[in-house]
Amino acid sequence: MTAALLLLADSRLPAGGHAHSGGAEQAVRTGDITGPGDLARFLRGRLATTGLVAASLAAAACALASGTARPDGTGTSADAGRSPGAGTSVDAWRALDAEGDARTASPAQRDASRTQGRLLVRSARRIWPSPALDALAAAVPQGTHHPIALGAVAAAAGCDPYDAALATAYTTITGPATAAVRLLGLDPVVVHRVLAGLGPELDGVARAAGTSTAWEDLPAHAAPALDLLAEQHLRTEVRLFVS
Amino acid sequence: MSANHDDRHDRPDPHGRALRLGVGGPVGSGKTALVAALCRTLGPVLRLGVVTNDIYTTEDADFLRRAGVIDPERVIAVQTGCCPHTAIRDDIAANIDAVETLEERFGPLDLVIVESGGDNLTATFSRGLADQQIFVLDVSGGDKVPRKGGPGVTGADLLVINKTDLAKHVGADLTVMSRDAAAVREGKPVLFTSIREVPEVYAVAEWVHGVTQAWAHAQAGPHDHVVPASGT
Repeated sequence: MTAALLLLADSRLPAGGHAHSGGAEQAVRTGDITGPGDLARFLRGRLATTGLVAASLAAAACALASGTARPDGTGTSADAGRSPGAGTSVDAWRALDAEGDARTASPAQRDASRTQGRLLVRSARRIWPSPALDALAAAVPQGTHHPIALGAVAAAAGCDPYDAALATAYTTITGPATAAVRLLGLDPVVVHRVLAGLGPELDGVARAAGTSTAWEDLPAHAAPALDLLAEQHLRTEVRLFVS
Repeated sequence: MSANHDDRHDRPDPHGRALRLGVGGPVGSGKTALVAALCRTLGPVLRLGVVTNDIYTTEDADFLRRAGVIDPERVIAVQTGCCPHTAIRDDIAANIDAVETLEERFGPLDLVIVESGGDNLTATFSRGLADQQIFVLDVSGGDKVPRKGGPGVTGADLLVINKTDLAKHVGADLTVMSRDAAAVREGKPVLFTSIREVPEVYAVAEWVHGVTQAWAHAQAGPHDHVVPASGT
């Protein structure tokens, strides 16, 4: 673990994340989240589905950006080695971005993910300038998916793919948790105890996110309820959060 | 090499970007009315864009679009996740994104106004987002507000005290407000308005026009004084 991981996972990282609730705002509205108990269930479900997918994409992006993977995600072993320029290939970033699209069924979630990815890359290029981030911004100018951006930024900050996966999994649950605190006035200490309880599962997701598989074999768990919440949220007139 | 491009915030862009003007202040003080008034008065002479930070709807953006004071496409609404001050101060990413989207879509622009969501007296714009900022109070909040200060009241480049027409109804003493504001603002300007009675807000528009012109001149400055490369 590096100190950069702490900066990356900090909610104060100025990259627009504070305005996203990861479906929590809509779940509060529909009555699916009313207190710490169902918040914990919501977070556990999100971590096991969206969280694992996002962490895997982040790990793949981190490996690509640091040049330890071939541009199709395969061959992280000696035969691939550190391929100079792999992280700066426009085609590779577009291919990984398409993997993100394929794993994000809801158009509302795609938009939210790309918006967050765009904002993160913009801020990160000023914080941790790197050729890989330049290449990613050029390859997907409308903004790549947030986990891919986070993985690439992690590499630029000096983190390894495991760190990238851990930071990404962490943000998939802390965003909704913070939103629930704000929306329901929950005791923030109780909610942090919930987050602490998810620690072992976070570690497990980050380990499972791995980097050795080809991109097409990355986890692709669907979470239809989260998709529906995202779509309903977009059609709600009064909303405090972007997603 | 990579640190240079796409980095328009630390120094003026050589191609010249629009002045970014923050408009902040408490709920109901007249921020949206002031932005609409500025669009109405300055629209004919400046190329404008507006970013709104509504708290939980697109109410302000919709008001501006319907008011017919600006091309509706030139108004972008940003959501702030329950924290309007975070979006203008601690994490300005979404607002920067909206400003740059307007500039890419309609640029070159002269002025982009970023209206904050209604907040409290401690709210203030990051210098990374706003080059100049206006803080809007109204007299119905009580004539003690300027004396209480806070970063918005003391630090804004211009303090606007609106709804002077209500002063007699709420027992607010404009002389007291003027004196207290002058004391805490160390000479920075204060203007009194009644946007309901004088919707053109001439004095505020003149101030905004002035800072926009000054910004444009500062941006153009280096081109007027090009120093030939040494050794030629």
